[in-house]
Amino acid sequence: MSNFLLLPIIIPFFFAMLLLFGQKNIAYQRITTLLGLVISIICAIGLVSNVYMDGPQTVTLGNWPAPFGITMMGDMVASVLMLTTLVISLFIVWYGFGSIGKEREQFFYYPGIMFIITGVNGAFTTGDIFNLFVFFEVLLMASYLLIVLGGEKAQLRESIKYILVNVISSALFVVAVAYLYSVVGTLSMADISLKIAEINQPGIITVIAVLFLLVFGMKAAIFPLYFWLPSAYSAPPIPVLALFGALLTKVGVYAITRTYTLFFTHDLSYTHELLLILAVVTIIAGCIGALAHFDVKQIIIYNIIIAVGVILFGVAQMNEVALQGAFVYLIHDMIIKAALFMLIGIVIYVTGTSNLRKMGGLIQTYPTLGWFFLIAGFGLVGVPPLSGFVGKLLIIQGGFIAGNTWSTLVVLASSIIVLLSVMRIFIYAFWGEQGQLSTDVQKRKYNRMFIPTMLLVILSIFYGIGAEWLNPFMSDAAKILMDPSIYTDAVMKGGE
Amino acid sequence: MKTNDVIMQFTAKLVFFIIFFFAVHLFFAGHYTPGGGFVGGLVTASAIVLLIIAFDLKTVQTILPINYINMVAIGLILALGTAAFSMFTGKPFFTHYYDYFNLPILGKTSLHTAALFDLGVYLVVVGVTMTIIQTIGEDE
Repeated sequence: MSNFLLLPIIIPFFFAMLLLFGQKNIAYQRITTLLGLVISIICAIGLVSNVYMDGPQTVTLGNWPAPFGITMMGDMVASVLMLTTLVISLFIVWYGFGSIGKEREQFFYYPGIMFIITGVNGAFTTGDIFNLFVFFEVLLMASYLLIVLGGEKAQLRESIKYILVNVISSALFVVAVAYLYSVVGTLSMADISLKIAEINQPGIITVIAVLFLLVFGMKAAIFPLYFWLPSAYSAPPIPVLALFGALLTKVGVYAITRTYTLFFTHDLSYTHELLLILAVVTIIAGCIGALAHFDVKQIIIYNIIIAVGVILFGVAQMNEVALQGAFVYLIHDMIIKAALFMLIGIVIYVTGTSNLRKMGGLIQTYPTLGWFFLIAGFGLVGVPPLSGFVGKLLIIQGGFIAGNTWSTLVVLASSIIVLLSVMRIFIYAFWGEQGQLSTDVQKRKYNRMFIPTMLLVILSIFYGIGAEWLNPFMSDAAKILMDPSIYTDAVMKGGE
Repeated sequence: MKTNDVIMQFTAKLVFFIIFFFAVHLFFAGHYTPGGGFVGGLVTASAIVLLIIAFDLKTVQTILPINYINMVAIGLILALGTAAFSMFTGKPFFTHYYDYFNLPILGKTSLHTAALFDLGVYLVVVGVTMTIIQTIGEDE
């Protein structure tokens, strides 16, 4: 029993409430948001070290015994993800000061961000399948606000699609939970895991597993269900896009990882084979999209889809190496996607266009921006000292251990496509003759956007270099993903 | 031509209080019988909507000068505060407390902190409903 693990959820929630007052006072809004994020980051760091010292932390709300109350479960997976979420949000909020614009700031932009963080962190921590649904809705509602805020024509058009898709997938989520409840008769995730192990996954549970894959796949944008993402994500302004790209699909990936490592582990030849095939096709579809577009936003958006495929490929292997790889890659991808979106946001700001063909020669006017983009691009691909390397290496190693040689080669080959797609941005935008330049670039605004971006890229470099130092945390997380009994023991016995 | 809705307005003035007290009854009855914060909040909002229909938005805003967005925020803080209170006493988040008290007129009554949480829900529901209706109503 430890309420401490709830603080990274409660503090953003509380600050979101405070932000509802003083709607027009921008200084108050900004300071309160930053304060809330910094306090939650400190708590999240404390939580990670607690989990590292004492193992998984659980608290069952309302002092009820474990399977009857809502359990919140802070294991290494959840606590590291929460810390990453909060750190990324801090940088994105800071970046937003320079670019989001006064009208949005005065109309509940910051409460929206704080509510989205509440939902994301809650979804990472919860140990109850219906509570997971509720936190999904919290983050989705906040994302509906952020996607439509500003009321531009494209935003209005895309928000309708986005809301429609998510309402349908949420309804399917409820149906899936209803099916699962009718079979196992419990909602606590630890208890579900035990009950499914008892009945040894009959056919109906496999059907439910596929239904969950459909639901979370729609949120995470896996192959046949990613159709909504490229257009929906191109509508909102860059800070919001960075927040969505870094956090939202990853919650879906996390939910697939959790359900496929905790619940549905008894019919691997069907469920995980399906996940494997979908992951590989997702990677291929993402690669095609990333090469097809000449719009910088679209290229990075399709890279989200590739990364989702790579992570789920790691999850589908079901061995400890690949699971650790998937987790390391998940954290890397959250950081680097936020950084890349922030970088292309600056590129769009200084050129006034998102069309690659109109850009060129930026390296002469903005050398530091260029080199940081190059570093971030290499980090995304996984060039050895940088952040993407270790995760992908482990995933590929795990793929070979599991004997999926051909599909692992596809994952390897996808790195080349990713490299090509990012280098294309670098070559078109930074090399060559001087292309289009925006006339009204203010130095102050530029710096405000550039400094947080730079710091985030540097953070991703440290994440790559410090892989050895982070290893104990990551292997801890992989152990809990590999062995559901650690999770169920912590919940069921921790509640006594 | 201005329509004369004196009957409507007169009835609304009376019925408003009946609906409002029914909402309060629903709110307090929630622990033992059907009802609670959500339904109580909706019924209260419907009472205010009746006033808006009988009079108009401006008039109702002058007689009930409430900032509904702040009302939502206060409701949320109240709900979170009730849930978080137990954290300071070393119990898990959301642990509720109750006891029996001898109140002057009501006699022996059980008071439960879940009612405070419900009050938060009530304020949020009234605030959200009224914000939606007012914003759409004011929209040109």
